[in-house]
Amino acid sequence: MNRAPLIFLGVFFTLAFSWTGIVLTNQLAYGKLEPVYDESEAKAFPQSVPGIAAQGKLVYQDLGCIYCHTQQVRRPGFGGDIDRGWGDRQSVARDYIRERRVLLGTMRTGPDLRNIGARQAGEGGREWHIRHMYDPQITSPGSIMPSFKYLFETRKIVGEPSPKAVQRLLPASAQPKTGYEVVLTERGDALIEYLLSLKDTYNYPEEASRVYVEPKNEEKKSEHPGEAVKPEKHP
Amino acid sequence: MASASSLAASISPGTPADTVPRAELSEIDDSTKSPALFFLCSAILWLLVGTAFAVISSWKLHSPEFLNQWEWLTFGRARTAHLNTVVYGWAVNASFAVSLWIMARLSRSVVRHSGILMLAGAFWNIGLTVGIIGILAGDSTSVEWLEIPPYATPMLFIAYALIGGWTVVTFRFGKSEHIYVSQWYLLAAFFWFPWLYSVAQIMLIFAPARGTVQSLVNWWFAHNVLGLWLTPVGLAAVYYFLPKVLGKPIHSYYLSVLGFWSLALFYNWAGMHHLIGGPVPAWVLTAGIAASFMMVIPVVVTGINHHLTMVGSFHMLKYSPTLRFIVFGAVNYTLSSLLGSTMADRNVSEVVHFTHAIVGHSHHGLYAFFTMVMFGSIYYMLPRILRKEWPSAMLISIHFWTTAVGVIVMVIALSVVGAREGLEMNNANIPFIDVVKHTVAGLELRSYSGMLMTVGHIAFAVNFLWMLLKPRTAQNSEPTLFRQPTPDLETAAQ
Repeated sequence: MNRAPLIFLGVFFTLAFSWTGIVLTNQLAYGKLEPVYDESEAKAFPQSVPGIAAQGKLVYQDLGCIYCHTQQVRRPGFGGDIDRGWGDRQSVARDYIRERRVLLGTMRTGPDLRNIGARQAGEGGREWHIRHMYDPQITSPGSIMPSFKYLFETRKIVGEPSPKAVQRLLPASAQPKTGYEVVLTERGDALIEYLLSLKDTYNYPEEASRVYVEPKNEEKKSEHPGEAVKPEKHP
Repeated sequence: MASASSLAASISPGTPADTVPRAELSEIDDSTKSPALFFLCSAILWLLVGTAFAVISSWKLHSPEFLNQWEWLTFGRARTAHLNTVVYGWAVNASFAVSLWIMARLSRSVVRHSGILMLAGAFWNIGLTVGIIGILAGDSTSVEWLEIPPYATPMLFIAYALIGGWTVVTFRFGKSEHIYVSQWYLLAAFFWFPWLYSVAQIMLIFAPARGTVQSLVNWWFAHNVLGLWLTPVGLAAVYYFLPKVLGKPIHSYYLSVLGFWSLALFYNWAGMHHLIGGPVPAWVLTAGIAASFMMVIPVVVTGINHHLTMVGSFHMLKYSPTLRFIVFGAVNYTLSSLLGSTMADRNVSEVVHFTHAIVGHSHHGLYAFFTMVMFGSIYYMLPRILRKEWPSAMLISIHFWTTAVGVIVMVIALSVVGAREGLEMNNANIPFIDVVKHTVAGLELRSYSGMLMTVGHIAFAVNFLWMLLKPRTAQNSEPTLFRQPTPDLETAAQ
């Protein structure tokens, strides 16, 4: 038993090692990363998302979307992320600094959603999401995603039919009785706004200068660290 | 740190509990009765609840319309309820029961203030119930392994602090002069977990760190629930029960020392492999991959140590339920850890990351290793606590074969389907929906294997309940073995 203090010290220092290395060092290294202000666009990037999208993110969280969808694009040549069109560039740490909860995810039972707002954009994108949420089989036959019909409600038309009514997008089985209309619930509406807001389109200066090359060329480049690499947009 | 050999010298050369008089052990066992039973009953109840969520969420993954009218049972919530019930309900309750029992025995300390443990158990289980209901109701935090909503987590922390404090006190005031290797693992686990848990709670939930620092904290925590909490408890149980059942000491105490310190040093970095390819500093990933590779040392060392302890006694697997479960668990510890090290390689991870293969791997570690070891431990502990024998060897046998076959089928099915999924996903010429469709057969097989395991869990629960309720028989009862050993064998073994 007289060795107990020694065991305790060892046990303390082993975890202190990774705590320092993983948590503390990185918190100091990039835990205060700031948005980049682009003078030509007069905006700071990453941009903050509208309030309704932020509410939609909470719906995304409470439904557990993260367990089937990642929000991270791996670099070109590592996995098929870029080739599948899941993003124009790899995700970088700065993309996430405005997010109170970072939802990188670890499963791709479904596709990556980091740039779903670019793939399904605008009014067409909204309509696609409405169909897809109501029943994924409409847009993606064979999908194993559950339907989210409870993000819709059927209500009586009071006065004029709502411009937000969505039944025209839905199959015959979903058509309400006359005098009724189908609308998204508040949560459903917010979730779709969130999905539409998901896109990392801005190229940060330090990322624009990143060139993806074979390792051999990389070595050559590092011989001249003083030379600034000409920034170029990643294709 | 002193040299390993001097540290090793501090451990008893024999299985320490052997030198403890039977009567004293019996007294210690009696004193653990109410807290151990409380934790075991909770664990088994949570196991059943968690199994139900497992089957539901597994079935939903290939038949998405199944039970889909209720939002509270949507896949994202049912799956999360499954993880949290089996990890924090079953695994942690079981490890509390097993570790407090082992700790009391090895420290030669009669359990005092068991009220503290009961209070802790109440806090833990009430906090967890609130948390699971919260997840189903839509309050999940969506931070993997930390989904329990923030209004429930303080209760869990209090429970943990009470049990941790109790463990240290039991250890400190015990009569035993030696620190057996199981105690090292337990003390370390009880020290590590609150540290991990509190840092993760603060930096992720209460005062979130900025950007992907969160992801680093998340996987530092989540992998270490397995690495620095469940694995040490599981190994402590193997180190205790293996020699106990066999009636001979662990093969090499020096190997135990090496295994312990190398695990302590490397495991806590390994979790970074969950972020390979992600938007975090590459050096952290490289360090995590290196640590994952280095885990080969503790795993191989511990595996050799356990194997050499078993050599010459393999025939006892025919008789002893405890031994069969423990050995199955120990073998799978070696296998799943070595596979895990392989999967951490960048090129392998490029394929298997984000696929069902990872789910298969976590069941390999958490079920085929940890859960099976806990089952074995419970088969040994309970007769000593209750002074009754297990009512049915048949049910134990059903329990073993359904769970063993079930988990192996599950791991293989998910690994194969996951590897294919990963290869196809990395080939952008294959439409994504086809990648998904190709996983369905494997996911169905996983559901069937899970149902097989459900049968085992029900057999276990029935046997447990039957044992609790049956009257105590005459003085010296016979242990319940799979079959009676031939007379020339040591019957004292079980």
